[in-house]
Amino acid sequence: MVDVAFQSEAIPVATQADRSRVLQRLRLSDSAFHQVTRAAAIAVLVILGGIIISLIHGSWPALRTFGFNFLLVESWNPVTEKFGALAPIYGTLVTSLIAMLIAVPVGLFIALFLTELCPMWLRRPIGIAIELLAGIPSIIYGLWGLFVFAPFLQQYVQPFLIAVFGHIPVLSTLFEGPPYGIGMLTAGLILAIMVLPFITSISRDVFEAVPPVLKEAAYGLGCTTWEVARYVVLPFTRVGVIGGVMLGLGRALGETMAVTFVIGNAHRISGSILAPGTTISATIANEFTEAVGDLYTSSLIALGLILFVITFIVLAFARLMLMRLNARVGV
Amino acid sequence: MVMTSGASSPLYAKRRRRNVMTMGFAFAATAFGLSWLVLILGVLLWEGFSGLSLAVFTEMTPPPGSAGGLLNPIVGSLFMTTIAVLLGTPLGMLAGTYMAEYGRYDKLSSVVRFINDILLSAPSIVIGLFVYEIMVAQMGHFSGWAGAVSLAVIVVPVVVRTTEDMLTLVPDTLREAAASIGLPRSLMIVKVAYRAARAGMITGVLLAIARISGETAPLLFTALNNQFWSLNLNAPVSSLPVVIFQFALSPYKDWQKLAWTGALIITLAVLTLSILARYLASQRKSS
Repeated sequence: MVDVAFQSEAIPVATQADRSRVLQRLRLSDSAFHQVTRAAAIAVLVILGGIIISLIHGSWPALRTFGFNFLLVESWNPVTEKFGALAPIYGTLVTSLIAMLIAVPVGLFIALFLTELCPMWLRRPIGIAIELLAGIPSIIYGLWGLFVFAPFLQQYVQPFLIAVFGHIPVLSTLFEGPPYGIGMLTAGLILAIMVLPFITSISRDVFEAVPPVLKEAAYGLGCTTWEVARYVVLPFTRVGVIGGVMLGLGRALGETMAVTFVIGNAHRISGSILAPGTTISATIANEFTEAVGDLYTSSLIALGLILFVITFIVLAFARLMLMRLNARVGV
Repeated sequence: MVMTSGASSPLYAKRRRRNVMTMGFAFAATAFGLSWLVLILGVLLWEGFSGLSLAVFTEMTPPPGSAGGLLNPIVGSLFMTTIAVLLGTPLGMLAGTYMAEYGRYDKLSSVVRFINDILLSAPSIVIGLFVYEIMVAQMGHFSGWAGAVSLAVIVVPVVVRTTEDMLTLVPDTLREAAASIGLPRSLMIVKVAYRAARAGMITGVLLAIARISGETAPLLFTALNNQFWSLNLNAPVSSLPVVIFQFALSPYKDWQKLAWTGALIITLAVLTLSILARYLASQRKSS
C-alpha cells in the first residue's frame, strides 16, 4: 500500500529491516485508526439504540399495567395510580398545531422577502438576526413568556378574543373561559416564535437553490414577483419546504422548557385553547423528580417513549424529504 | 394563466394589486419576526442588567429573602459543560471522520448520517430520561456525571455533522498530494485533512457548546440541583439553567431577579459563542 514511509526522523539510508519495521508499524496504526473511527460511527447508532431500549425498559411496568388503554385514557391520578396519556398527547398536538399554523406562513413569507425583495446588503444582517432567534436558549423563551408575554396576552389579547369570538358558535368553545394568560394558546404562540427561524432558514436555502433561469423565464413572460414565487419557486422547492416544516414540527413537539413555563400543567382536555393544559414534555419536566412509586415514574417514561416515537417519525420524514431534494438538485 | 397586454386592463390591475398585497405580507412577516428578537432581547437586557453586580459572580445562591449570587450554578454549568465537551467531541470527530474519509459512500455512513440528523433534533428531555435510566437509576442517586453525560449525548450529533461537512469540503487534490508522497491514510487525515478543516471543526465545537449551555431539560433529573458549593461530580450539581427554572417559578422577588440575571448571562454566552462560530466560518470562506 505504501512504498515510501513518511517520517520526520527519517534516516537517509534505511536498511531493509528498518524499512519493513516502519511499514509494519504504520500499517498497524493505520488500520487501528480506521477501526477506531468506524467504532465511533457505530457508537452513534448505539446511542439511538440505547435510547429506545432504555425507554422501553423504563416504561415496561406502565405499559404492562395499562396496556393500549394508556393512550386512550385522560385521567392522570398519582393517588390512585391511574395514568393515561391522552391529555398530554392532546396538548402536545394542539400547541404544535397552533405553532405551525402561525410559523409556516410567516416563515415562508420571510424567506420570500429574503430571497426576492430584500436589497442585497440587508440580506445577511436580517438572515443572521432571524438565526439568532434560533440561538436563544429555550429557557429564555419560557422566562420571557411567563413574565412578559402571558400577562400581556391576559390583559389585552385574550379578553379581545373572548369578546370577538364569544358569540360565534363553534369558535366560542375555542375561546371559552376566563383569560388565564397561561395556557395552550400562549404555549403555541411561544412555540411559533421558536420554530420560525428553522422554517425560515431552510425555506430560504431551498428558495435560493432554484435555478435563476426558471425565475427569469417566468419574469420574461410578465409574471409578477408573487406569481413567480407561487407558481415557480414554491412548486420547485415543495419537497424542501415540507422537509423544513417537518423539522420545525419535530422541534415544536419536543420542546420542553418554554412550554413548561406557560402551559399551566393541568391534566385535562379542554376545547378552549385559552385553558391551561399540559404537554408530554412539560408533564415529564414538572413531575419526574417528584414522582413517587415505580408506576408513576414508569408512566412518565412511557410518555417520553411516546414523544420519542412521534418525533422520530416526523423527523425521519423530514430528513427523507430533504434527502430527496438534495438528490434532485444535486447538492 | 391568461396574459393580457396593456397596463390598464382589469386583470393586470388585479394581478398588480395581488402582488403588492402579498409583498406587503412579506414585509410585515419579516418585521414581525424581527420584532420578537428585539422584544425578547430588550426585556432580557433591561431585567438582567438591573440585577447584575459583582455579587452575582462571587456569592452562592441565597435562601429566599436574602441577597446572594449565582456562583455555584455558574461553576457547576462550566464544569459539566467542559466534561460534556471532552466526552462528546472526540467521539463525534472520529465518527465524522469515518463518514467523510473512510466510508463516504458506504451503507454504514448513510445510516449513521440519517440517525445522526434525527438525534440532532431529538427532544432533549428524552435524552434526560435515557441518561436517568442508564446512570441515575443504576447508581441510585443524581449526579454531576449523569448531567455531563446527558449533555455529551447532545454534543455528539452536532460535532459529527460539522466534522463530516467540513472534511467533505477539503479538496481531494490535497488528499491525493498526501498519498503521492507515500503518507498512510491515517496520517493523511490527521496531518492534512484535519488541518485543512480545522476552522470548521472548531466552529462545530463552539456551536455544540452554545447548544448545551442553555439546555435545561436533560439536567432536571440527571444533575438535579444543589444549593451549596459542590464540585463533587458524584453528587447533585447545580447548573445555571436549572436554577433559572427553579427561581423563576418561585414566588420570591429576589429569586426571580436572579433568574433574569442568570438568563442574561446564559444568553450573552450563547450569542457570543454563535457569533464567534459564525466569524470563524466566514474566515474560512474568504480565505
